[in-house]
Parts: sequence; C-alpha cells; structure tokens
Amino acid sequence: MTEAAVVGFAQSPCGVREDATTSGVEMLVPIFAEVFGATGLTKADIGFWCSGSCDYLAGRAFSFVSAVDAIGAVPPAMESHVEMDGAWALYEAWVKILTGEAEIALAYGFGKSSGAELRRVLALQLDPYLLAPLWPDSVSVAALQARLGIEAGRWTEKDMAEVAARSRAAALANPRAQVSGEVAVSELLGRPYVAEPLRAHDCAPVGDGAAVVIIASAERARDLCARPAWITGFAHRIDSGSLGARDLLAVPSAAAAGRAAGADGVEVAPVEVAELHAPFTHQEILLREALGLGGGVTVNPSGGALCGNPMFAAGLARVGMAAQAIMSGQAGRALGHATSGPALQQNLACVMEGR
Amino acid sequence: MSHPPAPLRAPLEIEFDYTRSLGPVLSQFMTALADRRILGARGADGRVHAPPFEYDPVSSDPPGELVAVGPEGTVVSWSWMPEPLEGQPLTEPFAWALIRLDGADTVMLHAVDAGSAAAMRTGLRVRPRWSANRVGSIRDIACFEPCDGRAPGGAGPDGTSQVSAGLDEASQVTAGMIITPVRLHYMHTASPGESAYLRGLAEGRLLGQRCGVCGQVYVPPRGTCPADGVPTHDEVELPDSGTVTSFCIVNVGYPGQRVTPPYVAAAVLLDGADIAFQHLILGCDPSDVRMGMRVRAVWSDSGSISHFAPTGEPDAPYESYARHL
Repeated sequence: MTEAAVVGFAQSPCGVREDATTSGVEMLVPIFAEVFGATGLTKADIGFWCSGSCDYLAGRAFSFVSAVDAIGAVPPAMESHVEMDGAWALYEAWVKILTGEAEIALAYGFGKSSGAELRRVLALQLDPYLLAPLWPDSVSVAALQARLGIEAGRWTEKDMAEVAARSRAAALANPRAQVSGEVAVSELLGRPYVAEPLRAHDCAPVGDGAAVVIIASAERARDLCARPAWITGFAHRIDSGSLGARDLLAVPSAAAAGRAAGADGVEVAPVEVAELHAPFTHQEILLREALGLGGGVTVNPSGGALCGNPMFAAGLARVGMAAQAIMSGQAGRALGHATSGPALQQNLACVMEGR
Repeated sequence: MSHPPAPLRAPLEIEFDYTRSLGPVLSQFMTALADRRILGARGADGRVHAPPFEYDPVSSDPPGELVAVGPEGTVVSWSWMPEPLEGQPLTEPFAWALIRLDGADTVMLHAVDAGSAAAMRTGLRVRPRWSANRVGSIRDIACFEPCDGRAPGGAGPDGTSQVSAGLDEASQVTAGMIITPVRLHYMHTASPGESAYLRGLAEGRLLGQRCGVCGQVYVPPRGTCPADGVPTHDEVELPDSGTVTSFCIVNVGYPGQRVTPPYVAAAVLLDGADIAFQHLILGCDPSDVRMGMRVRAVWSDSGSISHFAPTGEPDAPYESYARHL
C-alpha cells in the first residue's frame, strides 16, 4: 500500500462575509489559486476532488454542485462530496490515494455560517423524532455538556475562560482568525452568560470561510513539497445519535479515533502540536483527555475553532494547520482533529509526521 | 475605475413539513404520549432507556414490551435560554434540561418552565406539563415544570394542564406518522455576477460575462468560468433575441404555478451567448414550438423578462446550436 502526505494547505480569512454567496465560489477561487501557486500544480493535476458542505447552511438543495464552478470541471473531473466537515472529505481523498485511484487529490470545505441563525439551523442535525421538533439549539446543547463537567468536578468556568484567553492570544499570530487579542480571565468571567454556564467567549464565533488541503501519493509528494506532512494515522468514529443515551463526558468516539490514528503517542512518538476542533471551551478540555494528549503538547497554536469556526471548513483547517506546522519545520509530529454533530458526537483524528 | 456596487441581498424564507413514519417502537412511544404516559425500553444490560431505543445499543435487538417510566423525573444538567428561539417549546425564558425520568437510566432533553435561572438546579424534581392538544408527538409534553410549588404555567396539582383526561381529539393522532414543520430564515446574497445581471434586467439590458481563457460567454454571468475555474471579468451586453435549443411542454399543475398548463419551458440560447438559459415560451400554441425556433424577449413593466415569444423569422439551422445542446 502506498503512503500519502499533505503537500498544500490554504484557508480563507474567517468572518461574516455579507458579499459571499452560499455556493462558496467567491471564497474558494482565491484559496485554490493560493494552494496551486504554492505547489506548482494546476487543476489538471488533481485526480480526485472532494468537498464538505451543508445544504442547511446554504438554504437550498444540492448547493455543493454550484461550488464545482470553482473547480473548472471541463473536461469532467472525478468529484465527490460529503455533507460533513471537509476533514471527512479529506479522509475520502486519502482513501483514493491509498487505493491507487488517484495520485494527487484535493479536499475542500466551505460554509456560509452567517446565512441564517446558525445555532437554530443546527437543531436540525438532532434526532428528527424526539429532539429536532423542540428546536434545541447547538449552543444550549453544548451548555448542558459544559454543566455536566462542571458539576462532576472536571473543570470550572475559570478553566473554560483560560482556554478562551489562551486561544485568543495565540490567534494574534494567525492573520486568518476572526477573533484574537489579549484578554484577562477575570474580565471574561465578569461578562454575562449566553446560555448559562456558557458565556460568549466559551462559544466559537459565527463566521464564513473555506479551507483546502492537497494530498499526494509517496511517489509525488516529495516533488511538490520540500517537507511533506506524511499521514501516519487517520481515523474517524461516531457516537450514538441518541443524545440522552450518550456519556457526554467520555467522548468515546474521540478516544477511539485518536487511538486508531495513534494520536496518544503510545505506539509511536507523541505529537508535539495538536490542532483540536473544539467549538466550545470545555470541549477542548474534554478532547485533550479523550485523545490522551499530555501536558507537553502545544494545543491550537492557531487559536483553534474558538477564534474562527467556518462551518464545514474549520475541521479541515485544523488538519491543514497541523500539516502546516510540519511542512514549515516547526513540528515533527502533529495531530489534526475535527468534530461534527451535537456535543462532539463525531470525531476524526489525523496524525502526521515530517521526515 | 469605479468600485463595483455591493451584491444584492434579500431575505429567503424556507418553509416545509417533514412527514416521517415512526416505526413500531416510536409509534408506541408517541401514542402513549398522547395518552399522557411515557414509555421506555429495557436493554440487554438491564438499563432502561427513556425515550426508548429502536434497537438495543448492546445487543442490536428490538426492545421487548415497553415499560412505563416517570412521569416525574430529576434534572441531571441544565442550561438557561434567556431569549427563546422560534419553534422552541416556550416563548418566555426557560431552561433546557437533561431529565432522568423515574425508573429510567438514560436522560431525555426537554424544556423546563422554571421562571428564572435562580429556580433551576441539578437534582430538581420535575413533572411533565401536557399539551391540551396532543397528537402523538414529543411536543405532547408542552414542557416540564418543577414538582414543588405552583408552576409558573399554572398547571393543576396532578401535573396536567387545564385539560380533561385522556385524548381530547383522538382522531388527530395519526398512528405511525409525525409531521414536523420547518421554517428557516436566510439572508440570501446574490453573487457579483448575478447582481450585475439582475441590475441590468431592471434597465432592460441583458448582461453576460466572457471567460478570458476560453472565450465562452455565460449569461447570466457566473463570476467564474465553470470550464476553467478562473474568475470572469469581461462584461458583455447581449441582444434579447435567441434560439430555442430544446423545450418541454408542461402539462402538470403544481402549487404556486403562475401559468396555466399546457405551456412551454424552453432552453433559450441568446444570440452571442455560449450557454442557454431556461425561460417560458408564450404567444403561440405549445404544439408550434420547435427546436431552432427564433424568439425574442417580452419585457414586463417591472423590469424583467416576462417570457419569450416567436419572432416569425426562419428557424435557425441545427448546426448553429447543436454544440449547445
């Protein structure tokens, strides 16, 4: 079996884009050009394209088809789509490389999160019989998980604010972040609740954006990138769709995906950098534990999803930022993580290394 | 060079009903709700799931006979909703809660009408407040309310709202089905190309764009050449005459239809364009419409094209539009 490596990554600035359509084309064309420029590739070199997006964000059916304009699909391209974060599109692309169906593949994710009230739209990802008819919004569902952890003694509101403060400070070095800055934990804790026990800083901002990752087979990777990010483990798992039957403090799907991908470093060396897709502060704490990350791991040097969470692109951007840490020589081993669904229902882990 | 005007934006309201079949387990659960009873399922590991599972998460078997749980329960976690969103169970501030019903091992998510966040706590005992109009839906439980003290919603002492016992309108329970209305509100943004096209229409002009790589002219403009994947900037004004490349006769009525069937929906290739667009052909008998027919736009007073009508010119030769089929 061949190996695959990430050889290119780009992401759009994250923020509310009133000028952008829900098709994503305006956000995708510039970052495709950026990643092609960095790798020297053209669209003709891409053997497989795969996107992640969601019709509920777009407010129209088959919205991803419009995004194909950004590809330039003449002659016809081998293309696929997942109604998931683009990180799962990257997983499909990785399988295409491993099975020899493509040598170079491009995964992209895009989302205009601001097109409608996001937390309300996301109620529709819940069980359609028992939950969605009540319209429980995504922030409230996360708040139920946060309180469980607080009352179990797993974390405090101060711990959560510290995650936010650290993330925002880190994002000062990330020009594509939506939120950044130095802010004192005590100041954050003085602000009002959005959904008690969550305050605004505990929740990812609503922002529009897109991300793209190019992966290549072992035969091609070294020609395209001085220091490819070799994928040593890639896995995703899902927990029950029955919210009330889940142990919301265990995140078994993150633990299982992390173990399968080697994120905990038990089988091989531990990762130095981890980009975790935690749209809520307490979820970073949960994920660190579930993924078995030790205290020596640098978590979210980009600021993470708390500083920019374009739906259906932010998970792919986590993998891309982790790969970037390797391609730039800053890290030897790195983990990219993505999540999907309510309260960390579905999780993906991608471990990469430089050689 | 002047700065291009901002793209056009407008509210987009989407409304539809999901009609779903419930299957054997949830049918029992929902029918019991209409009768003010809550059912759970005992799993292979002895744990009682409420609401019930359809397939045991341990053994994958369907549940045996469902067991009664609750109706009272205990709050396991909660969050406060200071400004309820459209469609949620209550319009005044309320708590979302994970509630473990008496006799159950799992929790269910629902709303608690507690009046204020100060009245909420983990461990709070709650009971369902039943809807007056129960149809076999999770919303037959209007919300939960604290067991102690008089509930803000004014429920009776037995935890029911001011309704008679049993089914009020048994005929409203549609066994085995639920209908969930969905209403979503978007602010839709037209692309820069679409915006230029729409502004052009208002001035009685038809605007397209030419790809700088392949030279194809797209109308309406797409902003990006779908063949080359590059941005398109060259604006092209096109005449309002063209050729029918293909068509169909619509014989089927549907809600909201503005033209009475039978009528013709056609692909019209404007003169000078490389891609056809769809429009109505009126002003002749549908049976007279044919491939190659020459047509011209009929403009409406409101600054748009009402439809296309035949010009009476000789038909365009097949070769002139064969590439665009």
